[in-house]
Amino acid sequence: MSFLPYAVGAWLFVIGLWGVVSSRNLVRTVLSLTVVQSATYLLLLGVGYRAKGVAPIVADIPTTSNLVDPVVQVLVLTDIVIEATVTALLLALVVQAHKRFGSVDPDDLRPLRD
Amino acid sequence: MTALTALPVLVPFIAGPLLVAGGYFAPRWFNDSIGALAAIAVAALCALLAAHAAPHPFAYWMGGWTPQHGFSIGISLSIDVLGAGLAAFCAVLVTAALVYSLRYFEAIEGLYHGLMLLFMAGMVGFCLSGDLFNIIVFFEVMSAAAFALTAYRVEERAPIQGAINFAITNSIAGYGMFIAVALLYARTGALNMAQIGVALSGHHTDPLVIVAMTLLFAGFLTKAAVVPLHFWLADAHAVAPVPVCVLFSGVMVDLGVYAVARLYWVVFAGPLGPHASAVRAIFVAVGVVTALTGATMCFLQRHIKRLLAFSTISHIGMFVCGMALLSGKALAGVAVYMVGHGLTKGALFMCAGILLHRFANIDEYDLHGRGRAVPVAGVIMAVGALLLAACPPFTTFMGKSLLDEASSAAPHYAWLIAVFIVISAVTGGSVLRVTCRVFLGWGSKEGPAHAIQQARAAEEETSETGGGRDHTPLVMVIVPAVMLLAVLVLGLVPGAVPGVERYAAQFVDHGLYSAWVLHGARVALPVVAPSHISLSDYAYGALSTVGALGVAAAGLFGYRLRGLRRSWPAQRLQAAVWVLRELHSGHIGDYIAWWSAGVSLIGGICLIALR
Repeated sequence: MSFLPYAVGAWLFVIGLWGVVSSRNLVRTVLSLTVVQSATYLLLLGVGYRAKGVAPIVADIPTTSNLVDPVVQVLVLTDIVIEATVTALLLALVVQAHKRFGSVDPDDLRPLRD
Repeated sequence: MTALTALPVLVPFIAGPLLVAGGYFAPRWFNDSIGALAAIAVAALCALLAAHAAPHPFAYWMGGWTPQHGFSIGISLSIDVLGAGLAAFCAVLVTAALVYSLRYFEAIEGLYHGLMLLFMAGMVGFCLSGDLFNIIVFFEVMSAAAFALTAYRVEERAPIQGAINFAITNSIAGYGMFIAVALLYARTGALNMAQIGVALSGHHTDPLVIVAMTLLFAGFLTKAAVVPLHFWLADAHAVAPVPVCVLFSGVMVDLGVYAVARLYWVVFAGPLGPHASAVRAIFVAVGVVTALTGATMCFLQRHIKRLLAFSTISHIGMFVCGMALLSGKALAGVAVYMVGHGLTKGALFMCAGILLHRFANIDEYDLHGRGRAVPVAGVIMAVGALLLAACPPFTTFMGKSLLDEASSAAPHYAWLIAVFIVISAVTGGSVLRVTCRVFLGWGSKEGPAHAIQQARAAEEETSETGGGRDHTPLVMVIVPAVMLLAVLVLGLVPGAVPGVERYAAQFVDHGLYSAWVLHGARVALPVVAPSHISLSDYAYGALSTVGALGVAAAGLFGYRLRGLRRSWPAQRLQAAVWVLRELHSGHIGDYIAWWSAGVSLIGGICLIALR
């Protein structure tokens, strides 16, 4: 079992967070968010990996085959659906922000400053 | 009955998208009635589930995939009275918000009703689910609907920013929870909470479990808006339409605390059992910081919706402290207080809505004395303020008394009583100050100079309802009045509070949960000696009420004490307050930096303290 997917997953999570923190453009912020989420895909698939496992399509393979875990793949699919929704919603908001503020720099969006 | 278990989730999941798709073409009365009927149906179904689970809690397995010999690979809805009760409470608040919306919005499309139903579907599924992954999916469903509702007035500037901050913070919290699920699945091979709990109990804590726990709790506590994960809440509340704020403050944030409590007792109580005192200390610290930060910020606001939002943060801190005491009695106190607080806060937001509807303004100083035109809203707001201050002997007071008794029973934590009194006094007092200034014209007309920005933000709130009017529709007064009446009555219903205590005792029993979920055991309700409200509880309640009057007076007439303001301690205090205000910058990058720092810090402490 390789250590690599976990290391890359952790790296993606942290670098994505840094992208959100440091971003001067909301489109980049939203894309950084998808980088954070990529970490979850990688980690989930890494968890389900089995050495020499085949794809879990059990229709036409012998029942004794070594399969990778299908549950995590389903979780990743759900995860992707959620990401698509949230990313679409956020990008729509960024378009609106550009229309109303004339800018997509989070520094210029400050009507809510306390 | 068990065959109907999935209906409270299915009904809004079917009705919601239909309204989104077809509501544009349908007349308004059709959208209004379908929305309200669906919400009432869900409330009734959840109440039925709670009644059915009253003698024995039960699990419903999708597709009949019941556990074999106590081992489950299926997906369950696990119904107990507190979970189903909270779901019913969500649906009741959605009903109230939709009825209030009948006259609040001049024009509203089916999209709004559809999103409200989807929001409710997420919340109800969240309360009923017994599967960890499904809880997180429902969390995301509820979040996505909430983001869209926050940005409902998308033609304006402030809602866009508020929704972006809300969406990014809560999405990152959600992704952290996905990581946690992957880690727990890798360790236990299970997604059902009861199954994970069984697999973990009997083991020691290790870094993997601690990291998973930190990410899960951080995710739910972001929804609950615990400092320093709370920055999104005030921004979202300030800009979301008023009926949506009723749900955000009334119940959505509570769900975060509910999930943490559920996960602690079902999943983590086994490995963390030997570390209970450290867990208690960490949660109490987080809760107290949240409560005091929220109370301070609440007092400083002049934008009335933001003020109410910070008061919610403060009360969430109180709930986290209550949960942290790790006893059934404290949890019962939190549950009772949540109902009282949710209804009270909802009614207060509706009063803010009345002001917004009438005057197209939500700034405390701009509205100085103008509220005399709607005296009945003033009465409702004043009663709400006193209930927020836990005035005896009503529901909020009952909840707070249980918390007080649980604090004095827990070793070393009796001082929490003082914190609770301060929170009640400051938040109740701040609302009372607004009431007196707006509805009676007391205090100064000129606001503090440093809050001009807020005043400008408050002025932007014009198009939510279509501008100022010369009358207030009756239904907008009746709904908050009925909600407050419920707070006055519910806690005094004989047997209600002792009943909650017994169900809370069932909730906090780690072994019991897996018995009824995985083995289908018919577990009996634990017998708990009901607490009696003692004289000291009344004294604390009276103290917080008098404190609220004092805080209100200080907020109204404190400006006359110029000499005191120039003194050294007052100047230092103002500097500290300035720093606190600057932290709430409205910049999403800052918020996520705080989020990351907070989660890392708490995770680091857990890794050291819980080994």
